[in-house]
Amino acid sequence: MADTPQLVTITVDGKQIKAPAGTLLIDACKNAGIEIPSFCYYPGLSLQAACRMCVVRIEKMPKLQTACTVPITEGMVVTNDSDEVRQARKATVQILLGNHPLDCPVCDAGGECELQDMTFTYGAAESQYMETKQHKDEQQWSPVVYFDRPRCILCYRCVRVCGEVMDVWALGIQNRGVSSVIAPNKGDHLECEECGACIDICPVGALTSGTYRYKTRPWEMNHTATVCTHCGDGCKTTLGVRRSDTGTEIVRGDNRDKSGINGDFLCIKGRYAFDFQQHPDRLKMPLVRKNGKLAYATWDEAFDLIGRRFKEVRDSQGGAAIGVIGSTRTTNEENYLLQKFARKALGTNNIDHHRTADYPAFAAAVAGKPELTASLHHVEKSPAILLLGGDPTEQHPLLAERIRTNIRLHGGKLFIVNDEEIKLRRQSKSYAHIPQGAYAKFFEFLSGTDSAADQLTTAGTKKDQLLAMRELLRKEDDLLIILSADIRGKDIATIVKLGQSHKKVRFMMLGDYANSRGAADMGLYPDLLPGYTPVANAGAFSEYGANLPKSAGLDTAAMVEAGRSGKLGALYIVGANPFARYNVQPGQTAKTFVVVQDMFLTETASMADVVLPSNNAYEKAGSFTNTYGDLQLLKKAADFAGSKSDFELIVRIADRIGFELADLVPFGKGVRADMGQSRGAQSGEADRHEIWLIANKYEPKMSPLDPSAIFDEIQRLVPGYDVSRLNLFSGNSVHSHATGKGTGAQQNPELIWPANDTLFTSGTLGRYSNTLNSVMEKYTGETSEVMAD
Amino acid sequence: MADLVKHADEIKVVSRRFGKGATNIDKYIELDGYKAARKALTMTPDAIINEVKTSNLRGRGGAGFPTGMKWAFVPKESAKPKYILVNGDESEPGTCKDRLILEHDPHSVIEGVIIAGLAVGAQKGYIYIRGEYRYLLTIMQKAIDDAYAKGFLGDNIFGSGKKFDAYWHTGAGAYEVGEESALMESLEGKRGVPRIRPPFPAVVGLWGGPTVINNVETLASVPHIILDGGQKFADYGPPKNGGTRLFCLSGHVNKPGVYELPLGYPMKKLIYEVGGGIPNGKKLKAVVPGGSSTYLLTAPEAEAINLDFDSFAKTGGFLGSGGVVVCDEDTCMVKFALRIMKFYQHESCGWCIPCREGTDWLKKTLIRFHAGAGVKKDIDNINYLAQNMLGRTFCPLGDAAAIPTMSIVQKWRQEFEDHLDGKPCPYENKGSIPEPAFA
Repeated sequence: MADTPQLVTITVDGKQIKAPAGTLLIDACKNAGIEIPSFCYYPGLSLQAACRMCVVRIEKMPKLQTACTVPITEGMVVTNDSDEVRQARKATVQILLGNHPLDCPVCDAGGECELQDMTFTYGAAESQYMETKQHKDEQQWSPVVYFDRPRCILCYRCVRVCGEVMDVWALGIQNRGVSSVIAPNKGDHLECEECGACIDICPVGALTSGTYRYKTRPWEMNHTATVCTHCGDGCKTTLGVRRSDTGTEIVRGDNRDKSGINGDFLCIKGRYAFDFQQHPDRLKMPLVRKNGKLAYATWDEAFDLIGRRFKEVRDSQGGAAIGVIGSTRTTNEENYLLQKFARKALGTNNIDHHRTADYPAFAAAVAGKPELTASLHHVEKSPAILLLGGDPTEQHPLLAERIRTNIRLHGGKLFIVNDEEIKLRRQSKSYAHIPQGAYAKFFEFLSGTDSAADQLTTAGTKKDQLLAMRELLRKEDDLLIILSADIRGKDIATIVKLGQSHKKVRFMMLGDYANSRGAADMGLYPDLLPGYTPVANAGAFSEYGANLPKSAGLDTAAMVEAGRSGKLGALYIVGANPFARYNVQPGQTAKTFVVVQDMFLTETASMADVVLPSNNAYEKAGSFTNTYGDLQLLKKAADFAGSKSDFELIVRIADRIGFELADLVPFGKGVRADMGQSRGAQSGEADRHEIWLIANKYEPKMSPLDPSAIFDEIQRLVPGYDVSRLNLFSGNSVHSHATGKGTGAQQNPELIWPANDTLFTSGTLGRYSNTLNSVMEKYTGETSEVMAD
Repeated sequence: MADLVKHADEIKVVSRRFGKGATNIDKYIELDGYKAARKALTMTPDAIINEVKTSNLRGRGGAGFPTGMKWAFVPKESAKPKYILVNGDESEPGTCKDRLILEHDPHSVIEGVIIAGLAVGAQKGYIYIRGEYRYLLTIMQKAIDDAYAKGFLGDNIFGSGKKFDAYWHTGAGAYEVGEESALMESLEGKRGVPRIRPPFPAVVGLWGGPTVINNVETLASVPHIILDGGQKFADYGPPKNGGTRLFCLSGHVNKPGVYELPLGYPMKKLIYEVGGGIPNGKKLKAVVPGGSSTYLLTAPEAEAINLDFDSFAKTGGFLGSGGVVVCDEDTCMVKFALRIMKFYQHESCGWCIPCREGTDWLKKTLIRFHAGAGVKKDIDNINYLAQNMLGRTFCPLGDAAAIPTMSIVQKWRQEFEDHLDGKPCPYENKGSIPEPAFA
């Protein structure tokens, strides 16, 4: 690796600052707290020097220099704040405003516009010209991207982010001079990933969001940075929320808070697909089946019925007659609570969820070696990456972006082994097209079994290409291996074992849905307790008490089957849609009392006896674990009148069956004096006092409905979750490593069912997202989405 | 073909073969053609560069950078191929000399490219010809074909065992690609916008390889320097301003045309003797000394100056590209400024803010101002806009637009005042400044 660069000292406005030689002046200044204004400069993108705002005076240079293009050298003397420099910047803003429409009062960017800020700073307020401005009508490029040329200042950030960061290259520049215009790739419209990065990066209101434009003013929203509820990558998305008739309405998703694991990145789902939250089909009242039909009911009516029936079934037929199916989009706290409720209150191990990857096998393979697991943070700077299967561009867009960024900015090498020609191969150093399911075979070949090559070459890649790839791979002594969800069971063990021949190696496992990993880690398995602890050997979980069943329960397929045959007295489904997946027809589960918690009347909900309207991840607090094991905090952004969080619903059901709530949620440990007393909360700032309290385990927790109470227990009992609370509660991601005890889950191949989402599908949420359904790319690409949660 | 002109004071070096049928390769060879290339093959690269340094040859595109020095910047060793690039994107208003060279003596350019290639170790040369010069492409293609046929280009040039390939290429018609880095972008098939420098083309140029980029006239001078020796060429002009230069005399003179004169030739003689004076006995008002991007000279300034790089540098101006435009006393300087600005506004590539927006506002303001709707504040604002483009733009196009504008406002401010208060242009029915074809 390169030596640590030599530090040089430069003087800026009389202040001495030190930075590594070769740092761009604008960065060196920014790091030292000296702001040099710019429109076109953007860290990580190619240099343009087009806006001329960052001009500074550098001693011994004949004219003003652009700080974005000058690398610093020892002894450089720079003037950033002088009449000359200020005047130059002012003049640039002045002529820029000449053709600008100055429609700030109605512009989406008003209030968060860099041109406004710059005008405010340099005071270019006088009007110098009388002539008409250049005008061009606004254009709609896609349902989510609009372009308003008159507002555009041609900083080319959009062009670069689309090409360099996204590798989509859908934007370009047409014409020249004052007629120059940003143009979409298909003449009058865009065909792209619709990620909206161009909108986020636009310093003015030239590119605006189809879902947000002209809806509100930035200062009329509350901005909550939380975790995206779609794929398993766990991007931080900042939701702009406004009051509405039904509580609060999410009107915008963006990347205002760039502190997340995703940095600048968001895909179409994280940015626009929050709109299911206000979908008119959302359930607003509990439904109870009366005379064969679902009818509106009161909460009390619904809870009473559920409590009575669950208790009846448990007490008469035993816990084994009750099934529980959890969700891949509920929080860790909810998942943990659900399995605890199932095991402790209902006395059953019949609990499962929609498995999207073989996390138990992965946890078993890396058991006792948490250093073998990789966080998403490792991707950007890993010197070499081996991607086995999967199509991150579609299924894990953040991972794909991190990989591309690594290659573009840090010179990493990407090796791809896949049974399909995925788009990321454009960035790969070496690519092997192998037959389906041959990933473990590939590893045998890698570790020296040459004969394995014969079974790898049937898909097109020739043996000499495989040999060349192996030669290159063997030289890598710091490797990140990414396993797609297609790799399961013994294959995972084989790959993890053989992969350790590299001096340093890390692994990550790809799975779909925002909290698939969390559901697995929290023990939504019939044979595994949280942390992949086998039910037969409960260890720390023995504290659940003597009633904890010791033998494995039914998995999803078996529960659905038992529901069909009437062997199951009750089935409790939280945020899942198994009846669609297993093709259950109305009437088939008539003998089973089915309770469903969901936002919508899904196929499963429509066949239930009781449906409870529940909140989505944007309406609750808690935590998510992304597919790489990075734990992040969810912050409640919005409200929806008539629905409750799954956490509250589980607790209330437990209450109605007469279970002692203190045995379920360890609440009441807080100090009353701490409640609601923080100054921050009153002024609307980030509540640092609350963060401090929670981090020091002083949080109020006066109510059994407070998920942070159960988080204490998760930290205490679930292996790998004893992470830094301060870090987590400050809004960072923290790597958990639930590496298990070496036992995989019961393997029924049919149970692992990757969602195969594209960029434009997202299970039930996707079906109820008008935005995702409005973009044409959803219908032009191939889609293999499964009917799922 | 354009009419050729001549004058007794001319020293024919680059224009030696004009009008003599040298587009025919045999005729070219008969007129000492390709002798210099053969001679260069016997010289070391350093010897070639030293000869060019001795000649004091300075870039004929307008900036006047010493050619030998430019060649010496090219690294001897390079992992990427090196290139010789001929800048034939001659677009500076008032300049029309490269066109004559390409039209009358295309082989001299090819020969210059070969010699430059030998000097820096390049094996490929591109002759980039302005988009509007379509008719020159057939001439150049024939010249290149003939040179290949004779074995002067190809895998074994002049039987030396050395390799050199030459190609022509053209653009879509943009002044901006006359800027060397924009020209490389255009040649690579991209939008013609300039690149950030450093790195300079000598180190990272075309397709990332070290690249020498020279003006047509510069390279056409090289064979003469190699053949006759650098010293002889240097002696044509004053110290440090080696050689002769093609001056493109246009505007209000009796005998406009391209004249090859030694550097240091007095402007006064150029206008009154070589150019035969101003028609109809009118008086001189202004001179554009070297293409429209140079500081304009008033009549007394023009009559006192000599045409070489250093004489201009002393006055704070620069010699430019050799395009001398003469304006008589009936020329409206406001309209002249507008005419120039229409050009730059049309040609601005739009990359950077000051040039893109500045040229547009200058044009709009000048149109209104000339039409009689100007206010006093506009005069200062025109100067202010130009001042804020000067030195602030990405590439020199912004300077090129700012410099003539500023010099006109500063030197002929009274003419602006005369347009105020809704008065009609005082020169309305007198002078003539033709409208550009594109406007």
